[in-house]
Amino acid sequence: MKMTKLAALLTATMLAAGPTLADTLHFPNLSYRTGPFAAGGIPFADGYADYFTLINERDGGIGGVPIRYSECETAYNTERGVECYQSIRNDNPLVLQPLSTGITYQLIPRATEDQIPIHSMGYGRTSAVNGEVFPFVFNYPSNYWDGASVMINWILSQNDNDIQGKKIALLYHNSAYGREPIPTLERLSERYGFTFLQIGVDSPGQEQGSQWLQIRRERPDYVLMWGWGVMNPTAIQEAANIRFPMENFIGIWWSGSEQDVIPVGTGAHGYTSLALSGVGRDFPLYDDLQNYVYDSGLAAGAGDQMGTVSYSRGIYAAMLAVEAARTAQQIHGVSAITPAMMRDGMANLVITEERLLELGLPGFARPFEVSCQNHGGTGHALVQRWDANEGRWDIISDWIESDRELIMEMVMEDSLAYAAENNITPACLN
Amino acid sequence: MLYREAGDFKTSYVADSQTFPIKFDRFGYYAILAIAFLGVPLVINDYWANSIVVPFLIYTIAALGLNILIGYCGQLSLGTGAFMAVGAYGSYKLMTAFPELNIVFVIIAAGFITAGVGVLFGLPSLRIKGFYLAVATLAAQFFLIWLFTRQAWFYNYSPTGMISAPTREVFGFPVTGPRASAVSMYMICLCFLVASAWLARNLTRGTLGRQWMAIRDMDIAAEIIGVNPLMAKLTAFAVSSFLIGISGALLFTVYLGAAEAGEAFGIDKSFLVLFMVIIGGLGSIFGAFAGAAFLIVGPVMLKLLLVNTLGWPTDLAAHLEIMIIGAMILVFLILEPHGIAALWRTIKEKLRLWPFPY
Repeated sequence: MKMTKLAALLTATMLAAGPTLADTLHFPNLSYRTGPFAAGGIPFADGYADYFTLINERDGGIGGVPIRYSECETAYNTERGVECYQSIRNDNPLVLQPLSTGITYQLIPRATEDQIPIHSMGYGRTSAVNGEVFPFVFNYPSNYWDGASVMINWILSQNDNDIQGKKIALLYHNSAYGREPIPTLERLSERYGFTFLQIGVDSPGQEQGSQWLQIRRERPDYVLMWGWGVMNPTAIQEAANIRFPMENFIGIWWSGSEQDVIPVGTGAHGYTSLALSGVGRDFPLYDDLQNYVYDSGLAAGAGDQMGTVSYSRGIYAAMLAVEAARTAQQIHGVSAITPAMMRDGMANLVITEERLLELGLPGFARPFEVSCQNHGGTGHALVQRWDANEGRWDIISDWIESDRELIMEMVMEDSLAYAAENNITPACLN
Repeated sequence: MLYREAGDFKTSYVADSQTFPIKFDRFGYYAILAIAFLGVPLVINDYWANSIVVPFLIYTIAALGLNILIGYCGQLSLGTGAFMAVGAYGSYKLMTAFPELNIVFVIIAAGFITAGVGVLFGLPSLRIKGFYLAVATLAAQFFLIWLFTRQAWFYNYSPTGMISAPTREVFGFPVTGPRASAVSMYMICLCFLVASAWLARNLTRGTLGRQWMAIRDMDIAAEIIGVNPLMAKLTAFAVSSFLIGISGALLFTVYLGAAEAGEAFGIDKSFLVLFMVIIGGLGSIFGAFAGAAFLIVGPVMLKLLLVNTLGWPTDLAAHLEIMIIGAMILVFLILEPHGIAALWRTIKEKLRLWPFPY
C-alpha cells in the first residue's frame, strides 16, 4: 500500500516535470536562497521577482502578455545549475540569469546551442562583450575588467594620477569569478608601475586568517576585493581587526551590499565599493513597488530586502530584461516572443535618460546601447561608501569610465581564442 | 517460489563459480542489461539523462572505485574528490594536447594517470592505518586541488582557471560539448559503467580481491599466510584510483562540460562518494549502485516532488531536502548498519522462502 502510494506520487512527479506551455513570457531565475552565498542571492532574487510582479500587477505584463516567473535553486553549485538549466530549457525561458560566473561558463556553450540568451549582468565571461563570438551572451552594463579598470582609475584620481611604486593587493575568491580581473590588473600594473599582489581566498571564504596576515606583512597601499557571499563580511571584519584604512579597501560591486557591512558594525565605516546603480529607495519606482507588490502581500521571499544594494541590482536586472522583451516585441511585431526573438531585443537594447525617467528610475543607471560588437554596455561604475552611523551607502563619485581601449583589446584576444578553440566564425546574427 | 535454487543444477566448476549462480539472478541481470542498452535509449529525454541518469552512472563508477579501496581492502580514503579532479584535468590536458585522439582512449588514459597518482598517495598506507591514513589522503585532497587551482599549466593558462571540454565524437555522434545528445551521453557512460562493474566484480572475486580482503580483515595474518601487503595495498589504490579517475573524466567531459577544481572536486565530493559507499554497503558491487542511486537520484526526486508537484518555495524545499536526506541516512544506518546491500541480501533470503516461510 505504502509502495503504491509512493509510486503514484513519483509518477505524478514525473508527469509534472514536463513543460507547461501557455501564452506567457517565462522569465526563469537560477537563484540561490541557501548555502554560503545566500546572503547575496536572496536580495537579488527578491528584487528580480518583485519587478516582474510589479509589471504583471500594474501593467498586466509586457505588451499585454503576462509574465510567468519561476525559480530554481542552485545553491551557487554548478552541478545543480546544470540540473536547473535542463529542467527549464524546454520551457521557453526568455533569458537566463544564473548569478554565478561558474554556472555562466557552463551554460554559455549549451545555451548558445539551444538559442537561449544569457544575461550575466556584471559577472560571467568578460570576453562575451564580443557579440560576434558570443551571440547569445550579454554582460551589460559593465564587466569585471571594467570594474578593475574603474578601481584603478579611482585610485589614480585619489593620487594625482600617479601610483608609481604603490602596492595594490587583490583579495579574490579563488574561483572563476575571483580570477577574472587578474589579467586586467596585471596589464594596468605594467602601465602605471604599481606592484600587484594576488591573494586568493578559497571558497566559501570564511577562513582568511593567513591572507590578512600576508596583508599585514606586505602593507599594501590599497586592497581590492572580489568577494561574494560569506567572504565579504569576513574580509571586512578582518580588515577592521588589523585597522586597515577602510577608504583604501575597495570592493567590486558584488562586495558592497548592506549584508556585507552590517555584521561588522562601526568597524566597516568608510568601506568603499563600486556600484552599478544608484542606491537607496528614493526612486518613484519604489512607491509603485510598495503599492502594487508589498501592500498586496505579493513580495518575494521574506519581503525585508527592499532598498538594499543587491535588491536594487535585482530590480535593475529585471528592468533590463523587461525592456529587452519590449524591444523584441517591437522588432518582431508579436507579443508572445520566443527566446531567439528575445536575443534580438537584447542585442538592440537602448536605455536612455528619458526611458529611465518614464520607468520611475531617474538617474538610477547610466544610459547605454547594445550593439553586435559590444554586448557589454559602456563599462562605467560609481563608487559608494558605507556610512556605518547612518546605516546607508553614499555615492561619492561621478560615473567613472574604464579604460575601454585596453579592455576591448583584451576582449578581442580572449574571444578570438575561444572562437578558434570552438570553430566559431565571428559574425553578427541577422 | 519464483526465486529459488532448487532444480538449478551445476555440472562444472565454472558454472558453479559464476557471478550469478542462481538462474533467476542471472536472467534478471541479462534483462537489466538489455533494458539499459536497448530500452532506455528509446525513451530517455534530455532532462532525465542530464539531471538523473548520467550523474547516477558516473557517480556509480566513483563509488565502485572507492568501494574497492575501503570496502574490499579496508584503506580509508578522503581523497576521492581530488582523484576525480586528476581524471578531469588529465582528460582535459589530453583532449587539448591531442585533438585527434578518440575520447574513449582519452578517458581510459585519464584513468591510468589517476591510477599512477593514486599509487603515489597510497604509499603512506604501507606505514599508517585507519584514521591516520584518512588524514594522509586528506592531504592529497588539499594538495591536488591547490595544484589545479594555482598552477596555470593544468588549465592551459586560461585567465579564469576554468577548464572546458571541446566537442568530441564517437562513431560520428558527439558525446561531449553542447551538441552531445542525451542518448549518446547516456550510452558512453553506460558502457564505461558496465565495463567498470565487470572489472571490479571479477577482480574482487579473484586472487587480487582475496588478497585485498585478507589485508582488510587482518593485515598481520594476511602477511603471515603469504599476502604481500605492498602489492595488495598499492594495487587496491591503483584500481580504485583508475575507476575514480574515469568517473572524474566522465563527469567533466560528458556531464559538466566546464569545471574548476575547487568548486567541482572539493572535499564535499570526497564525502559524497564516501557516503555512497557506506550507505550502499561496504564490500559490495551492488552497494555502489544502491548508494549512488540513493544520494544522486534521491535529492533530485525530492526536489521534483516538493517544488514541481507540490509547488513549495525553492529555498524551503532545498533546506527540507538536506534535512530529509540527512534523516534518511541516519535511519538507514540505525536500521541497517551494513547498508542497502545488506538489506537487499535479507530480502533475497526472504524471497527464497516466500510464500512458505518456516
